[in-house]
Amino acid sequence: MVITIKYFGQIAEITQLQEESLEFSGTLISELLELLYSKYNSLKLKGFQVAQNQELVSIETKLTGYEIALLPPFAGG
Amino acid sequence: MSRYNRHIILSEIGQQGQNKISNTKVLVIGAGGLGCPILQYLTAAGIGTIGIIDFDVVNVSNLQRQVLFGNSSLGQNKAEAAKQRLKDLNNTISIIAYPKKLTYKNAINLFNQYDIIVDGSDNFETRYLVNDACIITNKPLVFGAIYKFEGQVSVFNYKNGPSYRCLFPNPPKGTVPNCSEIGVLGAVTGIIGAMQANEVLKIILELANTLSGKLMCYNALTLQNSILKINKSEKIIQFILKNKENFHKKNLIFNCEVDVDSISIESFLSKDNVQFIDVREIHEQPKIEELAVTCIPLNALKNNLDKIDATKNKVIFCQSGTRSKRAVVILHELKIKKCFCIKEGASEIKNLIHNRH
Repeated sequence: MVITIKYFGQIAEITQLQEESLEFSGTLISELLELLYSKYNSLKLKGFQVAQNQELVSIETKLTGYEIALLPPFAGG
Repeated sequence: MSRYNRHIILSEIGQQGQNKISNTKVLVIGAGGLGCPILQYLTAAGIGTIGIIDFDVVNVSNLQRQVLFGNSSLGQNKAEAAKQRLKDLNNTISIIAYPKKLTYKNAINLFNQYDIIVDGSDNFETRYLVNDACIITNKPLVFGAIYKFEGQVSVFNYKNGPSYRCLFPNPPKGTVPNCSEIGVLGAVTGIIGAMQANEVLKIILELANTLSGKLMCYNALTLQNSILKINKSEKIIQFILKNKENFHKKNLIFNCEVDVDSISIESFLSKDNVQFIDVREIHEQPKIEELAVTCIPLNALKNNLDKIDATKNKVIFCQSGTRSKRAVVILHELKIKKCFCIKEGASEIKNLIHNRH
């Protein structure tokens, strides 16, 4: 299926994209992340949370959504 | 005409709502980029008591976004300077300035004196401290944070909702640079700070649809706004509550999983064989001209190891004592010995030196 992935903060700086769409046939979100890690090497070094269809989920969650977001924490103020 | 007429004529507020605002006590952590707009709107709205805690002093690079301050505030403590300006904005409310650092030791007692806590801090250590203290004292937390042109806003620990740790369980181990290291567009702090003030007022007025259980992500460049659902982790919250007896004994540094002791610079001031290293960005003030200082910004540390004198005691400082800890950790990892992390920030160091003479 086609999945849209949204990137925020430092993650978007690594991918150089705000979002992209990928064809992906895996079953878990963690499998999608493996694909992204191979595409963007330094992504592995960053802490982030994952949202699926606008809901934050664990990476062991089954991939059911059409929209995934990678969300790093911000500290600035 | 009453000061609050434009509130009172709103059917969602009325005189009753305005009375609620007047009877509420709000504590704002940090009077910086976020703190300034938060404080400005809350003061204007007539919050009965506003507390401001900030240990830092105003420097010229703050004026691009910290809109409560002007040239006349340079060098003043931010909590005190903010109070001075806000008293002119609204002299009918009570404003209390705490010109000191928020610590594990003083947080619980301070939070207990307020109804709502607003986080406008600029580092993870303080953010996790604020979150955990809100869990322990059972206070709603209005959260806001910035990265360059992006902002995050949420309401935590409100009406049995999730906490910041339910979203991000632990502080990140790598470094996430702050505004003074990477820059921020001034208006973005205004937008996010105003949204935090708005959430505070919605909580007080018991209006529907607060950001409890939701994280709002705003991008000022693309103008995209995402609202993501956060689920509560009872396990994480219970873990914080279970350890509350030891909370006041914790050190800020333990929270970031860095094991470094900070010491006072005083013991080094009269010693030889010392290299003072300032790991702040070049533009940060005040400069310590009274000492021979080697300036190496934290981000450039690894590329400037040749500037570090292996034979001397390395005495490392920054603006608040956070980056100096990171620097010492980096140098320890590189097996560079005799590095000391200084607990005082640059302004405090300057005061210490002047008081000696």
